[in-house]
Amino acid sequence: MQESNPVLKAENVNIFYGTYRAVRDVYLDIPKNKITAFIGPSGCGKSTILRCFNRLNDLIESFRVTGVVSYHGANLYGKDIDPIEVRKRIGMVFQKPNPFPKSIYDNVAYGARVNGYQGNLDELVEQSLRRAALWDEVKDKLQASGFSLSGGQQQRLCIARTVAAQPEVVLMDEPCSALDPISTVKVEELMRELKQNYTIIIVTHNMQQATRVADYTAFFNAEVTQEKGGKIGYLAEFNDTEVIFSNPKEQVTQDYVSGRFG
Amino acid sequence: MTGNNLVLNLKKRPGSPRSIFGLLMTFLSGLCLFLTIIPLFLVLALVLIKGGSHLGPHLFTQLPPPPGLAEGGLGNAILGTIIVVLIAVAIAVPIGVLAAVYLSEFSGDNKIAKVVRFCTNVLSGVPSIIAGIFAYGLIIESKIVGFSALAAGVALAVLMLPTIIKTTDEALKIVPQDVRWAAFGVGAYNYQTVLKIVLPAAIPAILTGITLAIARAAGETAPMIFTALNSNFWPDGITKPISTLAVSVYNFATVPYEAQNQLAWAGSLILVFLVLLTSVLARLATRQKTY
Repeated sequence: MQESNPVLKAENVNIFYGTYRAVRDVYLDIPKNKITAFIGPSGCGKSTILRCFNRLNDLIESFRVTGVVSYHGANLYGKDIDPIEVRKRIGMVFQKPNPFPKSIYDNVAYGARVNGYQGNLDELVEQSLRRAALWDEVKDKLQASGFSLSGGQQQRLCIARTVAAQPEVVLMDEPCSALDPISTVKVEELMRELKQNYTIIIVTHNMQQATRVADYTAFFNAEVTQEKGGKIGYLAEFNDTEVIFSNPKEQVTQDYVSGRFG
Repeated sequence: MTGNNLVLNLKKRPGSPRSIFGLLMTFLSGLCLFLTIIPLFLVLALVLIKGGSHLGPHLFTQLPPPPGLAEGGLGNAILGTIIVVLIAVAIAVPIGVLAAVYLSEFSGDNKIAKVVRFCTNVLSGVPSIIAGIFAYGLIIESKIVGFSALAAGVALAVLMLPTIIKTTDEALKIVPQDVRWAAFGVGAYNYQTVLKIVLPAAIPAILTGITLAIARAAGETAPMIFTALNSNFWPDGITKPISTLAVSVYNFATVPYEAQNQLAWAGSLILVFLVLLTSVLARLATRQKTY
């Protein structure tokens, strides 16, 4: 797969927690306005890699990264890079719905407010909730607490919150793992909608989900090593979703997608 | 079904040793529960009986009578207690809450945080009279001001600090890490996350901590004797000696005049109910907790 102008690029990325190397030698190009899925067994470093792209790992004490993670060619870990600016442009949706303990309206408006948004906040909130396919369900109770919504609605609220901060890339860390099948379908439809305007990376344990939504799929695997920690994640194969699931080049990918391990 | 001995016996067996032991233990723990709440009700009953008959609006509006005369009230002591507690709150709440914010949000559990947490625990075990002596030495002996509401407020603030720091620290820790990450995820600075998300979520629990600290401090007598001294007149600014309920009760209970003794009982009643009221308010505040 050749992409001439990737949004995000990882070159020779190694990730450490203290002296323990969690992920090794990742080379990856994330293409614009596509959905890229990260799949792989637990502990292979999918989420760790994902959080590298918006520097959320910085909040973990012992975290350290080597190699180059770049966004439109700019090194995200350069000395003069403000992680806050990075996170404004590269938003994130988490595994568990985590609305703020505020009203639905304030949840969505929060990102815009902290970023000093100048436009019409009401319009932005409505537009973001519409994008997240939640507007019709909440338009009459925007001042109700975010906690009053169901789990699936909360997750769509979190997506609206991310969208309202007007990022270019949306990172999703297993966004449907806490949701029921109907909510999952809604979130997946939403992702296909969103990719018109956003570049999306999704970590998922659900291989059917990857085949349903992703244009490209990266298969991460974990291997046993002699290093401290005993296990290290690496990128096993990255290709069109179709190729990964029907005709992968690596035997280990074939074994994983056909359910022989993981 | 062949053979009746295979039929399950699912009936209760009240006479078995396990049932009897269970019953006994339930009775014992119930008894201990009863013994625990008895002192509270005895205290409430005693002050109600002894002090209740003297209740009336004059208690809140009049000054105590001169020795030998009847009538009079505790208006100056009630107002004085409120003033001293407010001063203590004004000192202890900002320091305590901000210290806890540092501990929970910014320290990353470094060495300083460990030392501060340990010191807070030690401070909470310091006898209240030591806090009084401390405020006396710090403020009165060094002639910053004399015996005054201000000095008493400092003494009470020292007593309130550990409670406020500990409860706020705990309250902030309860706020899930997820929510902080979400705030960072939309590009918030650390201070924006703490001010707009974490602190508001923790406010009910923080308020409880503050009211508990107030309830403890309002009834302190020993540090008041060292710092507020006493006064038979209405409060005259925060730099002059001031009357407080706790000290008034102590003084009036030990003099050989009937009117004063009665005032002491009435003062106890008011003090107990002030403390009870703050505790109830604390409960109400935590009812709508966020996490």
